[in-house]
Amino acid sequence: MLELVNIFVKAIFIENMIFAYFLGMCSYLAVSKTVKTGVGLGAAVVFVLGITVPVNYLLENYVLSEGALSWIDGIMGYAGEDAVFATIDLSFLSFIMFIAIIASMVQLVEMAVEKFAPALYGALGIFLPLIAVNCSILGGALFMQERQYSTIAEATSFGLGSGVGWFLAIVAIAAIREKIKYSNVPAPLRGLGITFIITGLMGIAFMAFMGIEL
Amino acid sequence: MSTEVKSAPSEAILAKEPSEPLFSKRNKKLLSDPLNDSNPITVQVLGICSALAITVQVKQAIVMSLSVLAVLIGGNLIISLIRNVIPSRIRIIVQLVVVASLVILVDQVLKAYVYDVSKALSVFVGLIITNCIIMGRLEAFALANKPWPSVLDAIGNAAGYGWILIVIAVVREAFGSGSLMGFKFIPDAWLISNGGFYAHNNMMILPPMALIVVGIIIWIQRAKNKALIEEH
Repeated sequence: MLELVNIFVKAIFIENMIFAYFLGMCSYLAVSKTVKTGVGLGAAVVFVLGITVPVNYLLENYVLSEGALSWIDGIMGYAGEDAVFATIDLSFLSFIMFIAIIASMVQLVEMAVEKFAPALYGALGIFLPLIAVNCSILGGALFMQERQYSTIAEATSFGLGSGVGWFLAIVAIAAIREKIKYSNVPAPLRGLGITFIITGLMGIAFMAFMGIEL
Repeated sequence: MSTEVKSAPSEAILAKEPSEPLFSKRNKKLLSDPLNDSNPITVQVLGICSALAITVQVKQAIVMSLSVLAVLIGGNLIISLIRNVIPSRIRIIVQLVVVASLVILVDQVLKAYVYDVSKALSVFVGLIITNCIIMGRLEAFALANKPWPSVLDAIGNAAGYGWILIVIAVVREAFGSGSLMGFKFIPDAWLISNGGFYAHNNMMILPPMALIVVGIIIWIQRAKNKALIEEH
């Protein structure tokens, strides 16, 4: 249990998607003009990361990685030299499979939310389709693959933690951008330039967490 | 279906006109615009995601730019060739599949020929799939234009992305580790640890400095090109 909490906290602060890896920067910069839209997109990212990372974990461990298909041998009763499925390595297909899973999960989630939680759909509606091409979602799946989490609970906790870290980052920058309207920024820096520099400074602040060993 | 019916006559008219030269004024603009006026990173704000994390060394930045160039040319060409048969409802999925297949090719080539760089780029090769430049150009340009202009647009945008990436990497590698492409131009004897007077700026190696360097590039660009200045 403690291990899960560690992964969660680490994903939020130490390995923050925005400040440590710059994933999802495009929508982070485009949708952070007001806190309200920032909260909407952030919640959608938490939601989708929390669902797609575990699904991709199952895909990785039962279909794609080397020897993952050995369960078919078990069902078919193959053993010894006959166990051909255990030798298959499909990991070169992981990009296309992950992105297919993400795109279809986003579509499914969108339909489910529309049907069962119309109020939430009203709030998240326009952001959900954007998320299929948000780098942080695919990044979450690829980091999950690279770090080889041992159980699905760990993968889920990593997915949720990354989402919450992204949420924190976009809400923080949106709040700062709302206030910065009132300050006298040099004209060429207005808008995009100053947002980059503020994100850099926030990133430096977040680096303080790096020394923490979890 | 209705769009096909509408576009058919206009294409017939276009076909009768004398074909425009390969490097007409419009085509040249496709190549040169993304370098400055509509730069993918500093103006359109696309493709930042994978751009910043891999700019610690110039070599990685060059490999990354070339990979994006290859994927973008391939993607723009393929989508532009099949643009009339893609149903618009499922175009995003079609684009993702085309791009993902191209990225798998690039990834396998990198693993085969420059394994150390491929290892250093880690997940960021895969993230070319969701690089907003690629999807953005497919969606905004290749879906509505003929193959040749699409290829030019791809080259222009990849070059616009590449030069920003390489400038950031040069600044970060030069100040951060005193080398360019792995070639050290600061002699070891100058370092404080060897009794000299010089110290590397370790800040430059940290991820946040990439953002600040981009911010400064945007500042310089907009100070020269006043048309790009935003109202907050």
